[in-house]
Amino acid sequence: MNVKRRALLASAAAAAALPLRRGRAQGKPGIKIGVLNDQSGTYRDVTGPLSVACARQAVDELGDIGFPVEVVVGDHQNKPDIGASIARQWFDRDGVDMILDVPTSSVALAVANIAKEKNKAYVNSGGATPDLTGAQCNPQTVHWTYDTYMLARSTGGATVKNGGDTWFFITANYVFGQQLQRDTSRFVTQGGGKVLGAAIYPFPETTDFSSFLLQAQSSGAKVVGLANAGGDTVNCVKQAHEFGLTAGGVKLAALLGSLQVVDSLTLDVAQGLLITESFYWDLNDRTRAFTKRLEVRTGGVPCNAVQAGCYGGTIHYLKAVRAIGVDKARDGAAVIAQMKAMPTDDDAFGKGRIREDGRNLCPAYLFEVKKPSESKGRWDYYNLIATTSGEDAAPPLADEHCPMVKS
Amino acid sequence: MNPFDVFSDWFMRLWHIPAVAWLSQLVLGLQNGAFYAMLSLGLAVIFGMLNIINFAHGALFMMGAFVTWMLANYIGIGYFPALILAPLIVAAFGLVLERTLISRLYGLDHLYGLLLTFGLALIIEGLFRNTYGSSGLPYSPPGALQGATNLGFMYMPNYRGWVVFVALVVCLATWFLIEKTSLGATLRAATENAALVRAFGVNVPRLITLTYAGGVGLAALAGVLAAPIYSVNPNMGSQVINTVFAVVVIGGMGSILGSVITGFMLGVIEGLTKVALPQFSGAVVFAFMIVVLLVQPRGLFGKAA
Repeated sequence: MNVKRRALLASAAAAAALPLRRGRAQGKPGIKIGVLNDQSGTYRDVTGPLSVACARQAVDELGDIGFPVEVVVGDHQNKPDIGASIARQWFDRDGVDMILDVPTSSVALAVANIAKEKNKAYVNSGGATPDLTGAQCNPQTVHWTYDTYMLARSTGGATVKNGGDTWFFITANYVFGQQLQRDTSRFVTQGGGKVLGAAIYPFPETTDFSSFLLQAQSSGAKVVGLANAGGDTVNCVKQAHEFGLTAGGVKLAALLGSLQVVDSLTLDVAQGLLITESFYWDLNDRTRAFTKRLEVRTGGVPCNAVQAGCYGGTIHYLKAVRAIGVDKARDGAAVIAQMKAMPTDDDAFGKGRIREDGRNLCPAYLFEVKKPSESKGRWDYYNLIATTSGEDAAPPLADEHCPMVKS
Repeated sequence: MNPFDVFSDWFMRLWHIPAVAWLSQLVLGLQNGAFYAMLSLGLAVIFGMLNIINFAHGALFMMGAFVTWMLANYIGIGYFPALILAPLIVAAFGLVLERTLISRLYGLDHLYGLLLTFGLALIIEGLFRNTYGSSGLPYSPPGALQGATNLGFMYMPNYRGWVVFVALVVCLATWFLIEKTSLGATLRAATENAALVRAFGVNVPRLITLTYAGGVGLAALAGVLAAPIYSVNPNMGSQVINTVFAVVVIGGMGSILGSVITGFMLGVIEGLTKVALPQFSGAVVFAFMIVVLLVQPRGLFGKAA
């Protein structure tokens, strides 16, 4: 009963979003892209409307490419059943050709299975699980922006190289947190560092982290790895500042952080925090130019890596559609194969390629949050301290057990 | 590894935790207990006097923190005035809620009040999320309370000491008001037999409205105290509210002193669990609740019928 009602609500939300641009799609056969993410919950700020803006930006920038393109929006509320029912409806009834973004690993994997079943294209940017291109890979999926392997390798490996060789973890007790802790520990130990301990806390009911922070402090570790996300990360950093951990020389590493996390903490509290992202607006001339163009849409708020991934992914997908024609592109496997065959090139991520398992090989950047005195204004938050190449930032093909690659 | 080894490993680990670590967890537990106490106090007052299970309590706590942020960012009002102003503003909002919506449900089953206030909580949180996003807003402790004191066994932020102090004062004042003054006596009489009290010329509906507003004000005050410690975000209320309900159940529904003592006690129990077995720290409150309900179904301080 409950599930039915949810499905009904979800489809109502999806239906409400649909009629917006139907007018343009008449006449020539066009392509319809569905941005499916969190529009109302915890991940609204790190995916949400800004992801949609990035997708629309990509469509507008490509200009007239010979066929009309329409972007529709759905809110999966971080619930796999809602995400799955919107995806089914989009593919079955509404003529959506590609689903984009889909944060929250459980929903990301559910949608991957539906894309496979319906043979439709799926470009994931927001999901963190390496399973999308590993054990559960399929020919219809591209994973664009990041996964926990990248975060662990960049933050764990590069930090040890820079002298942060003893670690303590504060870990959210669910698959995502545990996976992040395990992977990061591996790179810390491989790099010659040592893991001194971990506090694994119940998720999501923990708001006070002072107890775990004191345990981290008394362990004597140089780096405290925060294997969590969103509000938990914010609370950890805020309270670490309060208890003088960072003032005492301990480095905090937010294993899944973003520009928005830093903005909500302020530089005074967040300074020195280590964060890995595969995009930052102030990285180079191309990212700055892209951000400048995007400003009109977002009112001056720059996007994070996940949102930029919706831009890069859309550009590359539409180029692939153009190359094989709209009719052929209705076949999800065909258009994704074309995406893998062509090199990628966009202003947010630069030049690169997509591997046969569907993983986009973009470099991972390790950033350190600036001191308030170093920052020239709001959103000027990161100093780049290390880069991991795209090849190194993706899990080795041999280790990830993608059945598609073996054959 | 067999279960015995797991247990003995765990026990040895406990054995090696130094006494100062336990002591500092005790202090941290009291700080968290201060929030539980203030929130469950408001719930207990509202339940005791109005018979409404106020599920909107978490959302009102969140509003307290947001109003504090708004006062600072829109009109430049600092922390200390906000300590008074924000609860008053949110209490005024509670007053409107009670008059327009909640008061219509007094004759009905508990379930209706629960559903209404739960719905209100969802609406309030949704509105704040749409307006201010989900990643949280920054708020720093006031200058006078920044810094930390070395207690010998730990480095305690001054602000946290202040939280415990304010919570104790407010809890005692509320208890005194309800149990020891004539206003409190009238209030208690009105909940026992409203018709009789009305016959004495007391405006009972107004008394009840003010009680609800008072309970809401307590939640908002806890929100103000929380703003400098926690991320000020629309979910902050729903994260603590479950624990707070457990506190009220353990203390005994409607018992004022019970909910205060239980609040602090559970803060400490939870704090110690965070050292001994961190994974269990979320469940310990509920495990304790189950034991209490089995042994003493009315709660630790609940009155016999």
